[in-house]
Order: sequence, then structure tokens, then C-alpha cells
Amino acid sequence: MTKETIHGYEAVIGLEVHVQIKTRSKIFTRVAAGYGFPPNSLTDPVVLALPGTLPVMNKAALDAIIKAGLLLGCEIAPVCKWDRKNYFYPDSPKNYQITQYDQPICVGGQVEIELPGPARNVMGEHKKVPLTRIHLEEDVGKLNHGATDSLVDYNRAGTPLMEIVSEPAMHSAEEAFAYLTSLRATMIFGGISDCDMEKGQLRCDANISIRPAGETKLGTKVELKNLNSISFVRDGIAHEIKRQVGVLERGGALVQETRDYDGHAGTSQSLRSKEMAHDYRYFPDPDLMPVEVDDAWKAKLRAECPELPFAKQRRFVDAYQLPYSLTSVLAWDRGLADYFEQAVRAAGPDRAVAVGNWIVNFFLREVGERKGSIEALAARVPPAAAAELVGMVQSGELLGNAVAQVSSAMFSDGAPPREVVEREGLSARSDAGELEQWCRDAIAANAKALAEFKGGKESAINAFKGPVMKAGKGKADPKRVDAMLRKLLAE
Amino acid sequence: MSSAPDLDLDHVAKLARLTLTPAERALFARQLGDVLHHIEQLGKVDVTGVVPTAHAFPVVNVWADDAAAPGLPVEEALRNAPAQREHMIVVPKVVE
Amino acid sequence: MSSELHFKSIADLSGLLENRQVSSVELTTAVIGRTKAVDARVRAFNSFDESGALAQAAASDARRGAGKARGPLDGIPVGLKDVIAVANQPLTASSRMLANFVSPYDATVTVRLKDAGAVLWGRLNCDEFAMGSSTENSAFGPTANPWDLSRVPGGSSGGSSAALAAGEAIATLGSDTGGSIRQPAALCGVVGLKPTYGLVSRYGLVAFASSLDQIGPFARTVEDAAIVLSTIAGHDPHDSTSFKAAVPDYRAELKQRRGPWRLGIPQEYFGAGLDPEVNAAVQRAIAFYEARGCTIKEVSLPHTQYCLDTYYIIATAEASSNLARFDGVRYGHRSKDAKDAVDLYFKSRSEGFGAEVKRRIILGTYVLSSGYYDAYYLRAQKVRTLIRQDFLNAYREVDALLTPTSPAPAFKLGEKSDPLALYLCDIYTIGVNLAGLPAVSVPCGFTGGGLPIGLQLIGQPFQEAELLAIARGYEEGHEWGQRHPVL
Ligand SMILES: [Mg+2]
Ligand SMILES: [Zn+2]
Repeated sequence: MTKETIHGYEAVIGLEVHVQIKTRSKIFTRVAAGYGFPPNSLTDPVVLALPGTLPVMNKAALDAIIKAGLLLGCEIAPVCKWDRKNYFYPDSPKNYQITQYDQPICVGGQVEIELPGPARNVMGEHKKVPLTRIHLEEDVGKLNHGATDSLVDYNRAGTPLMEIVSEPAMHSAEEAFAYLTSLRATMIFGGISDCDMEKGQLRCDANISIRPAGETKLGTKVELKNLNSISFVRDGIAHEIKRQVGVLERGGALVQETRDYDGHAGTSQSLRSKEMAHDYRYFPDPDLMPVEVDDAWKAKLRAECPELPFAKQRRFVDAYQLPYSLTSVLAWDRGLADYFEQAVRAAGPDRAVAVGNWIVNFFLREVGERKGSIEALAARVPPAAAAELVGMVQSGELLGNAVAQVSSAMFSDGAPPREVVEREGLSARSDAGELEQWCRDAIAANAKALAEFKGGKESAINAFKGPVMKAGKGKADPKRVDAMLRKLLAE
Repeated sequence: MSSAPDLDLDHVAKLARLTLTPAERALFARQLGDVLHHIEQLGKVDVTGVVPTAHAFPVVNVWADDAAAPGLPVEEALRNAPAQREHMIVVPKVVE
Repeated sequence: MSSELHFKSIADLSGLLENRQVSSVELTTAVIGRTKAVDARVRAFNSFDESGALAQAAASDARRGAGKARGPLDGIPVGLKDVIAVANQPLTASSRMLANFVSPYDATVTVRLKDAGAVLWGRLNCDEFAMGSSTENSAFGPTANPWDLSRVPGGSSGGSSAALAAGEAIATLGSDTGGSIRQPAALCGVVGLKPTYGLVSRYGLVAFASSLDQIGPFARTVEDAAIVLSTIAGHDPHDSTSFKAAVPDYRAELKQRRGPWRLGIPQEYFGAGLDPEVNAAVQRAIAFYEARGCTIKEVSLPHTQYCLDTYYIIATAEASSNLARFDGVRYGHRSKDAKDAVDLYFKSRSEGFGAEVKRRIILGTYVLSSGYYDAYYLRAQKVRTLIRQDFLNAYREVDALLTPTSPAPAFKLGEKSDPLALYLCDIYTIGVNLAGLPAVSVPCGFTGGGLPIGLQLIGQPFQEAELLAIARGYEEGHEWGQRHPVL
């Protein structure tokens, strides 16, 4: 691809993403993990690092990171170990973090990204951002800073955390945005994390440098912190690139530093470099034993790996001939994609596009308007009901202009479509007798047109249709009206 | 280890978050100097190809299943806290 | 045999309790009385909970009355080194840092002793955070050796050995990182067992050096040590380094194993620095085993000279990290005049820790610091492999090794102020921790001045049953352990 340049400079971006793993208990002790609980209500002697306490690994956290590694094409290390990263900070109960230093569990891998296409309904360019590593570690507690002191809540301390480190291989804020979007979906699809950035379940730091286009050496790196929403990541990086270009254009020099991005103000400021030099004194944690991952373990987890969004999109195009615009909506939510496929299975493959359209136009709109969840609405209106509704339209039993009405009734009380149609008398074939009567009345009321038709003027039939449609109040299917009129006129 | 131990006592004490009095500083410098001098002889051991021992009896894959157990009630958790407010631990201002 | 209850063995007392010749309340009262009579001089205890102990004793008597006694430890007063957590009891590690700390939880060994019906009796003094060989590094003052109150009881578990020797408990627990059970056992004339690394859970033991620490018993006899070990040993899911294997009834095993054994004498343990009286006593022990039909074989542990350095690198490195949690934030000493969080660390730690702890934290921090890790820590771990290999090589030819426990008997309080000189007290015990092996110190005589001497037997990994049987083989022929100091 052609790299975006600004005033002859090219940006080089690497992201360090921390993702909380969704487990019941913490990574090194079995007290519950969770968000939104009263302060210090999710602790035990191990979390608080009371004297004498020892860590015991959580198997589910290991399963989750191996799964993440498999989903991202990493090499899973056959053996890995635990190290202590020693530093003092009030949110860290032991004043060391148990992490993986020189033997991470996942090595390499990549995140497939899609850049914005020329239009919403046209697929953009795909690219693979290489990963350096993914390792497992423990989260720290939360500090609430006050004017004169700080308050510490250790509920978050010990939550399993994955650190996903990309290579410095992205070149624009858009790429970083696409990277996070894809990574987030991968984690959610894998059931590894909910990745709610507001809850701190996904946190991102960016390393950004610029260099003259064509240069291969890396420029001075700035670490941008506190990018706490996906759009802040995009805005913060764009802002930082511009800032760096500005500094160089004014003849200034960049310094290696950490900057704090304020997403609301759209500004960043340098964090005073910590007065203490960093020397983490990593060494293998003697309280924990190494982890050995064999092929059987990997195979078991691989079997649990779901299809990822891009693969789903490609399959939906191939298998169902869906347009790109539909796949880019349907394939990016696992629940929605499953709903779609179940509905297609019930409706038949030739109705896939109709099912997809109905989901996007009615089902998803309802989710959005009600601010509900896909799962909740899917429980009220199961895929079979969606399939039935689409089937009724396709067979002519229900008219297109009545779908909105039927759908909204289905959404509000979960009634099956056929029941709604009957209840509200919306069937296009409701009563053949009724239609016949409307047609007979229309013919009887217009002797002139009858004579013209009998005289061979084919188009005279149209004169009867208006009154029939009017009498039918929307239930009269024009095709069936035409057929009925011809039948009666031929008598 | 071939060179003489160059212990920067002030730097190391800082890493360890310890302040030494001038008397402690002088005493420790001498005593740790002796110990480090003694330790120098480890440099003589041929450790080529020797695998480091991290655990005397290593086993792998020691873990527990992910089942949440009850933790400490907050009053117990904060029982030994030197200062607390709103069920949280109070620390002096954290300067970044 | 002494007629006083507080000097009797667990084996004898459990018989008396079983036959209702004595109640646990009577026994516990006797131990409390003895403690009150002598501890002002011995200073073995950091604290004790008299009413709590009597309540446990009464509960034990009630169980026994209902025919629900739980075994040989039911109703027996057992003292714990003040580095082992007991719920709702102080846990100080003999440090100003934890002077007011009350543990909200039980160590695994505590749970097991409680389950066995033992009466948990008192918190025993030790070197601060178990760092030392004389119990002089306690923030609460030194413990005295009951055999000579002007001398040290050894350390770091000096309170545990002294209390037992003085009749202030029937058995005690200590912890051993580089000899901290065996050396004070030798200096106080009692049996002290350091189990194989991983046999006894470390959960609830205030960590000094995680890869070396083990909890073990002090007891009057090898049989008593076997009884306590059977209670506290075994896999613990809260300790990832705990060994997964069934634990035998060590007391029953003692009767099955009668030798003769092949005993190795490591030549490196009998060189310069060994006190002649200690050497003579150990030589007599060797002759005793030989006379009993054992094969005595001289062996070599060629990396012995590197044990001390290897130990001080690994132990202090691990300690520097383990003791980082003592920061005045969540518990422990908090400095009154910290201006910010960083200042809080410096002031609280500098005020809370004693000199030896600071020295070791600094040494450990240094050997792990940037640029030195490979030269010190990593190299020490490799030498540790060689040291371990030496022992395993020796075990191809012998069942156990026999050495002095300590190069010298108890020295005077305040006599050794130089850290390096003190570190040398552990030269015969340290290798065992580096190799993770079990070892026991049994009394093997007295100096002309009346100070106890200890014999160390070093066993094969997880072969405590055999090791204790070998120790018992010596003990059966001698009466050293039945002497008691006059206080
Ligand atoms: Mg990082
Ligand atoms: Zn991290």
C-alpha cells in the first residue's frame, strides 16, 4: 500500500494493548473477579499481598490467552514461565507484578485489519499487522486521586490481563483504529474478553514516531497514554503525529517521553518523567511453576476457536451472495451472525439476502432504538420467526408494505409473524371470497369499462383495480387482484 | 564478576526504597563490600552448559480451576490498614 | 526421665492423655506456668494467648471425653515461630514493621495443627523476617540459650528451639531457609527437622527466600518430630511448589526401618573452622553407627565451598522482592511524616526494618539490578544446579550423609557483630536448602562447658521416613536428648 505522508513525513505506530480476560476468579487466587463492586469487596489475603500468601495459577486464564494466540496466528511457546517485575506503586499490592518477561506464552502472529473503502458499501484494503508477542500478567488496583491524598481500591488487582504488543508496523491513526476494532472483535468473538473500554477491559498505549518518508530508521519514540476509547486512540494518534510534524517543521527536536492524551480536550501533555530510574529487576517467580503447552491442549482450544469477522464476511459473500455492505454489518457481531445463519437455515439459502436485509433494516434498527441487546431481541423473536416472516413476503402472502407493521408487533410481544398477520388481518390471501366480492362489486359498478374490456380493450381492466385496492385497505395483492378480475371477466 | 564489585549503595538503596543514615551507609558499604568480595569466587566456577535451577523439584502446570471462592469481608481486608476512608486505603498524595 | 509434664515427649503425653492420667488443661496449665516462670530469662516468646490456649485445651479434653480425640497431637501445646500465620493472632516476624499486625487468616500448617487438636501456644521469637543465625536480630530483643543464658540459642528459629529446650512448649514449629531449624536445634540440644522442599506447605509462612524456605518441627525426640511431620506434611493446593504425593505415617514408618544404612561422610564438612569438641562428638557418632553395622563411606561434595555465596545471592535476591510488600500502605508500620507516596515507602521501610534486613534487601536488590543479573543471580542458579548434583551423585553410593550441624556450639550474645562471620555459622546447613533436601539435627553430646552439640543427617528427597529412622537409630543408643537445662 502507499503510506500516508504528512509534509513528507511518515508515521510509525506500535500499540500495546492490555485486555482483561473474562474469568470468574482472579489470575493467582480464587476470589471473584469483577467490575462495579463496592471498594475492596473482591479481595482475599493473596490479593492484598498479606505476609505468607502465595499465588496459584488460574487454568482458565491460560486457556484464554492460548485461544487468543491461536486466533491471532501466534506461535504458542511449548514452555513458558513467570517473572516478577519489581517496582513500587500503591496500586500494586506486592510491589512486584507477576508477568512474563523473556518467555511469553504467545510469540508472533498478526491482526488482520480493513481500512476504510472508497464508499461505505465497498470493501476497503486489507492488511495484516504483525504482533511481537502476547503475554499474561496480573492487573493492579485502582487509585482514586484526591486533592491531598489518594484512595486505593484493590478490587481490580489480580484480574488476569493479556498484554498484546504489535510491531511498529502501522502508519496512520486510521490503521491503529482498524487494528483495535479488529483486535477487539477477535477477543469478543473468542469469548476472551468483553473489551469494554469504559470498564477498563481494554486499554491502549501507543508508541508513535515519525520519519522522513522513505527512511528506514525509526525516529524518536513518544509513548501516548490514556487512550481510553477507540475514537480517542484514533484522535490521539492523529493529534500526536501532527504535533510531531509541527515540532520538526518548526526546526525543533523531539524528545523521547510519555504523553498523556486528554480525549475531551483533544490535547496531550508530557508526563513528568518519573524521578526514579526504572530498573525492574526481573527474575523468575520462585512461587510459581512453569507452564508446558502440548499439542493436545492446543488442539482442544483450537476446536473451540470461532470463525473471525473477516473470514465470516468472505464466507457470507461466497455462500449466500450477500453484498459487502450487508456482510460488514452481519459478520461483526457473533450473535447477529449466528442469528442470520440460523434464519437462513430455516428460510432456505435463496432467501439469504432477504433475511440479511430484514435483519439490518428491522431487527438491528429495533435493537438500536430500544437500546436493547441483540441476544434479548433474538430471544423474543427467534431466527425461525424471522425466516417465516421473510418467507411469507417472498411467497406473496404478506405484502412488502406491511412488513414494518408485522415486525414491530413481533418485536413488542414476541408473537410469531403468522399470528400477527392473522390478528391484524394483514394477509394478502386472507379471504378469497372477500377478494372475489370486491372484484364483482367493482365490475358491477363500471359497466362502461366492462363493455370496453369485452370489446377487446385489454387496458380497461385497470379501471376495476383502483376500487378493489381501496376496498381491500392494503390487504389486496395487486397480482391476485389482476388474476381474480381476469377470472371473473372471463365468465 | 571478573571486575571488583562496584556497588552504588545510594542507587541500590533507592531502588529498594530505603534511606540509609550516614552511619548505616558507612557500615553497609564496608560489610557489603566484604560479602561481595567473598561472592566474587563464584566467578571461578565453570558453569558452561549448566541449566539454572529455579525450583529444586520442578513440576509443570500447577494450577486451579476457575471457580470463585469467597474472599475477605471488607472490614477484615482493611483490618490492618494504617489509614482508611470510604472502605479504601488512604495513601499520601501520589506524585506521578 | 523427668517427671515434670513440661519436659515430657508428645509420645509419652499422648499416652497419659489417652489414659486420662492427665488432662490437656493440666498439661497446658503446666506449660503456661513453666513459661511464666522462665521466659523472663529465656525470652523465647513474642506473645502468648493464655486464655486462648486454655480454651483450646478444654475443647480437647471435651473431645477426648466424647471419644472423639483426633490423634497423638490432640491436647498437646505446640508453639509457632512468629512467621507462621494464625487467624486473629499477632504475626510480627519479630519486626517493628509488623509489630501491630494481626493475621486475618491461618497458614496451612496452622489449619493442620488445629485439625489435629493441637493447642496452639504462643508466638516464638526469631531473627527479623527469619534473617539471622542467632535470634539477635529480633526487633523485640534476643532470645537466650536455656543452657547458658549468656549465649545465643541459634537462629533464626531461636525462640522455637529455646522454648522447647526450656520446657515452654511440648513441640514447636520453625522455618529453615539456610539452617534456621537445624542450627538452633543443635545449639539448644533438641531435634530439628528441615523437610524436603515442597513437603510442607509454605502458605502462611512469611516468605524470606521462596525457593529455599521450609517449615519444620522442633521436638524432644525423633519420634515426636515424626508425629508433627505427619500432621503438617502433604500437598496443599494453596502452594504451587507443594509436592503432590501421599504422605506416610512417619511414626509408624520408624518402626519398620531398622538399617543397617550406608552413611556418607562429606570430607568438605570436616575442614578448617570446625570446633574440635564438635568434631569429636560427631566422630563418636560415626563410630556408633559403624559399630551398629552401618557402612561408613567418605564422599565428596566438591562445590561445597560455593554454597555460601550461592545461598546469599539467591536468598537475598528473593528476599528483596518478597519484602517489597512491606511498604506501610495496606498494613504494617507507616511512617507518620511522609509527604507523598514515594516518601511513605522510604520512611516506612527505613523505620520498620532492622539493620540485617536492610543489608540483605540491598544485597538482593543489587544482584538483581540491571547489568548484574547474569553475573550474580543467573550464575548462582547454575552453581545451585552443580551443588544439587553433588548431593544426588553422593546418593548413588549412600543412603544419607552425616555431618556436624553447626561448626561450633552456641556463642555469646553480641559476640559476632560481623555479618560475614555470622553467615559462616550456616556453612553446613545451607547446601541442604540449595539442593532442597531433608535434613535433621539430633543432639549428639555436650561440650566440656555443657553446651549441646548437634549431628546433622541429610536424607534423599522425600525420604523423610528413612532419614528419621536413621536419626532414631542414633537416638536409641544415647540419652543426650533427655537432659534438660536447669533454669
Ligand atoms: Mg508493557
Ligand atoms: Zn503489561
